Amino acid sequence: MKYTLNINGKSHTVDVAPDTPLLWVLRDTIGLVGTKFGCGIGQCSACTIHLNGEPTRACMTRVSSVRNSKVVTIEGLAEESGRLHPVQQAWVDLDVAQCGYCQAGQIMTAAALLRDNPKPSDADIDGAMADNLCRCGTYLRIREGIKRAAGMTAGKEATQ
Amino acid sequence: MKTATLNNSIDRRDFIRLSALASGGLVLGFYINSNGEAQAAESASGPGGSFAPNAFVRIAPDGKVTIVSKQPEIGQGIKTSLPMVIAEQLDVDWKDVTIEQADVHDRYGSQSAGGSTSTPNNYENFLRVGAAARAMLVEAAAQTWGVPAAQCTTASGTVTHSASKRSLKYGALVAKAATLPVPDAATVALKDPKDYKLIGRRITGVDNPKVVTGASLFGIDVRVPGMVYAVYEKCPAFAGKVVSANLDQVKALPGVKDAFIIEGTSNLSGLKPGVAIIADSTWSALSARKQLKVIWDEGKVANTSWDKFVTEAKELSTKPGARVLRKDGDVDAAFKTAAKVIEAEYVYPFISHLSLEPMNCTAHWNNGTMEVWAPSQNPATGRALISTTLNIPQEKINIHLTRSGGGFGRRLTPDFMIEVAAIAHKVNAPVKLTWNREDDLRHDMMRPGGLHFLKGAVDAKGKVVAWKNNFFTFGNAGPGGLVSPGSGGALSPDEFPGRWISNYLAEQTVFDTGWPMGPWRAPGSCVFAWVIHSFIDELAHAAGRDPLEFRLEILGDKDEMAATPPPAGAKGGPAAPYNVARMRAVLKLAAEKADWGKKKYPKGQGAGLAFHFSHRGYFAQVAEVTVSKEGQLKVDRVISVGDVGSQIVNPSGADNQVEGSIVDGLSVLMLQELNIERGRVTNVNLDEYPILRIADAPTKIESHWLKTNNPVTGTGEPAIPPVAPAICNAIFAATGKRIRQFPASRTDLRWS
Ligand code: FES
Ligand code: FES
Repeated sequence: MKYTLNINGKSHTVDVAPDTPLLWVLRDTIGLVGTKFGCGIGQCSACTIHLNGEPTRACMTRVSSVRNSKVVTIEGLAEESGRLHPVQQAWVDLDVAQCGYCQAGQIMTAAALLRDNPKPSDADIDGAMADNLCRCGTYLRIREGIKRAAGMTAGKEATQ
Repeated sequence: MKTATLNNSIDRRDFIRLSALASGGLVLGFYINSNGEAQAAESASGPGGSFAPNAFVRIAPDGKVTIVSKQPEIGQGIKTSLPMVIAEQLDVDWKDVTIEQADVHDRYGSQSAGGSTSTPNNYENFLRVGAAARAMLVEAAAQTWGVPAAQCTTASGTVTHSASKRSLKYGALVAKAATLPVPDAATVALKDPKDYKLIGRRITGVDNPKVVTGASLFGIDVRVPGMVYAVYEKCPAFAGKVVSANLDQVKALPGVKDAFIIEGTSNLSGLKPGVAIIADSTWSALSARKQLKVIWDEGKVANTSWDKFVTEAKELSTKPGARVLRKDGDVDAAFKTAAKVIEAEYVYPFISHLSLEPMNCTAHWNNGTMEVWAPSQNPATGRALISTTLNIPQEKINIHLTRSGGGFGRRLTPDFMIEVAAIAHKVNAPVKLTWNREDDLRHDMMRPGGLHFLKGAVDAKGKVVAWKNNFFTFGNAGPGGLVSPGSGGALSPDEFPGRWISNYLAEQTVFDTGWPMGPWRAPGSCVFAWVIHSFIDELAHAAGRDPLEFRLEILGDKDEMAATPPPAGAKGGPAAPYNVARMRAVLKLAAEKADWGKKKYPKGQGAGLAFHFSHRGYFAQVAEVTVSKEGQLKVDRVISVGDVGSQIVNPSGADNQVEGSIVDGLSVLMLQELNIERGRVTNVNLDEYPILRIADAPTKIESHWLKTNNPVTGTGEPAIPPVAPAICNAIFAATGKRIRQFPASRTDLRWS
C-alpha cells in the first residue's frame, strides 16, 4: 500500500504493508535511523516520536493510522539552522548519555514535557519520563538535563 | 626513512599496508606489540601531505588533528577518554581534535573492551604516543629556527621559542616533522601531571552531538546499499536443533526473499542451529516469522529448570560441597566454642544483560571476503569464530566497529556475529540481522545465579572467628566432562574475607546445566559482594557492633594482603596483593562523607555500607534509604568513593559509570530475574522482565574519587559490587528486614 507521510515537515511516499509500524517505515524505508527499536511492544519508549506533538511509541503506531498527522522524529527536533533544541543542548552540556541508545526517546519525551510544563518539578519529571527506560542508568542526569533545558527555554515554545 | 629498529614482533605486512596508504611519502607508525609497549616504526607523511606520526594520530597541513580511537565504544566513554590522553601530551586544544573510530586491525593491538581493561592497558602507551608526536613537532620547529629544542615550548597546537618571540602552528611543521627520526617511545619526555590541562577535566562524550540528533551511529543503524534484512529463529530451549520447518510456506510470504535452515553447532556461545528468514525489510522478516513453524529437537536441556536446581541445592546444602576452595583453621571447632553462631541462605537468580540495543550485526560476503559491521566489545573473537566456523581465512574478514547500545559484557560473546556471517555466506547481498527483544532475552549469555549457605560466628568480644560458605553455582561440562562454572560463577579461594579470618571454609558445587552463560559487568564480584557484605552486616548486628568499625576490624592493620600462591605447576604467577590500605581509605572517606555514626535516622530510614575490590578498583559506598510503612523503598542517597589510581581522565565519564553502576545495581537488586523452565527462558520481553524506571532511581548520587599514587585503571565495573549490599544493609537499618533473595521485590518490606 502507498502512504504519504508528513515527517519533519517533509512529505514522504512509501509503499509498505498497512500493518507496518511507523518505527520500521522510518528506519528501513525512509532511512531515519534515529528512532530506536528496543522492545517492539510499547515498553521501553526508545522509539518515541511526536505525532501531532504528542509523544508516541512508533513501534505501536501502524503506518495506516498515521494519515496526515505531523510526525516529528529526533532528526527533526533541532532548528532548521542546525541550532539544537534546548533539551538536546542540555544533553550535550551535561554529558547525559552513556551508550546513548535510549536518548532519542528520552529527548523526545522531555521536549514535549517542557513545551507543556516549562518548569517541571522532580515529580513532574519522574511522571512524564516514567515509560522511558534507560538500561545504562542515566536517570539522574536526565532529571538534571531537563531542569537545565527548562532554564534555557524559559517558557519558549518547543516543537509542535 | 628508517629510524628506529623494528621490533621482531611487528608484522611487516601491516607495516607495508600502512605505508601504502600514504600518497608517495613516508608513514611513521607506532605499533603496540604483544606486551603492550609502543614501538616506533617508520616515518612518512600521511595522505594529502599530512603528518601521520603513528596509527593513532594524523595532523594535516591545515592543523587539523585526528585521533583514532581503537577501543569499542559501548557507553563506557572510552572514545572520549583515551583520545584525551593523547591530546594532552600532544598539547592540542580539545576543540581542534576530531576522533575517528578505528576498524579492527592488528596494528592497534588488542581491541577488546572487557574487564575494565581499556584504560589500564592503554593509558601509559597513549601518553607516550602523544608525547612522541609532540617531540617531533618541537624538533621540526627547533631545526627550522636553528635553536635547541629544549628552548621551545608548546601549547594549543603551536610551538613557541619565547627568546626570539617566534612561533609556528603544528600544521606548518608537519612536512618537516615527517622527515625526522622518531624518538624512542620508552624514553620520550612526558608532561608533569601537574601541568595537565585536559586530563582531569569534565569533557562531554565525543559522539554526543550525533546521539542527540539521531545520526547513524549504532550497529542497528548500519545501512549498506543493496542490503536485505534477516531474522533468525533459534530453538527456545537452549541450543536445540532444527528437525524441519515450513520453509516453502514462509518463502511465499510478502517481502520474503529466502528462508533456510542453518544446521549450526552445539557451542553455546557460537553458531546455534536455527532458521533464517531474509526479506526486504525488518518488518517483512518479523511478520513472516510469525508464520514460521519449526519442529525442534530440544535435547536433554528441556529437563532442566531453575526450581529443580534450587531444590537440589537445598537438599545438598547440609552435606559438604563438591570441592573445597579454601580451608583455614577449623570452622567446626570454632563454631562449638563461639559466643554466637548465625546461619543464613542467600539466593540470586539468573539475569540478562538487556542492552537496550538488541543484538544485531551486518555482513556482506563479497568475492571471498567477509565484510562485517559489528556492535561488538571484542571483535577479534568474532573474527576468529567466523574464520573457524565458516572456514574463511582471518585476513579475508574485515570488521568495522560501530558504537554499541550498551555492552555490560554481552557483546564479548560473538554469537550474533557468526550468525549474520553464516547467513550472509548464503545470500548474494549485504545482510543486516536484527534480533528482537524476545531473541535477546531468550538467547542471552546469562549471568549465572547462585546459592550460598553461610554460617558465621563471633566470640564474646564480638570478633569474627569463623566463616563457612557452602556455595552452589552453575556451569557446563567441558570436553573432558569436567563441569566448570559459567563466567562469574566461580568463587575465588581468595575472595574477601578469605585470608582475613582464621577459621574459614569455602566449598563449591557446580551444576551442569546446558545453559549459555557469559560475563556480566563485574562478573562474580557483582553478586559475591552482596552476599558477603550482607552477611558481614548480619554478624555485626549479632555482635551488637557498628557495621563500619566491625569491618575495619576485619580488614585489620596490615596494609597489604598477599594473594595465595598458585598451586605448583599452575600457569602464571601469583595474583596481585589486596591493598588493604587503599580499601581502608575509601571506606573511611565514604563513612566520613555520609556522617556515618553521627546522623540519627527515624524508623523507616537508615544507612548501610559496603566495599569491594574488583577490576583493579577499590570502592566503598554508603546508601541511605527510606522504606514506607507500606514497604515502598526509596533510595535517598548513595555516596561512592573510588580509588582507581592517580588520575581520573574524564571525571564526567567516570562519574557517569558510577551513577550508571548504582542505578544498574539497584535495578538488579529490586527487579531482575529470568524464569528458566524446561531449558528455556519464559519471560522474554520488558513487560515480563522489568528494569528500573526513573522514579525509582536514587534521589541523589555523590561520586568521590580518592587519587592515589597507583596506575590509572578503569571504572566500568568496580563501582557496581558494593551497591546492592550497601542498599540492603540500609534497608535492614531502616526496617529490621534482611533481604536474602534477589530480586528484593520478593521480600515484604512493610513495617509498623
Ligand atoms: S521499541 Fe517502542 S516502546 Fe520499545
Ligand atoms: S544511555 Fe544507554 S540505554 Fe540509556
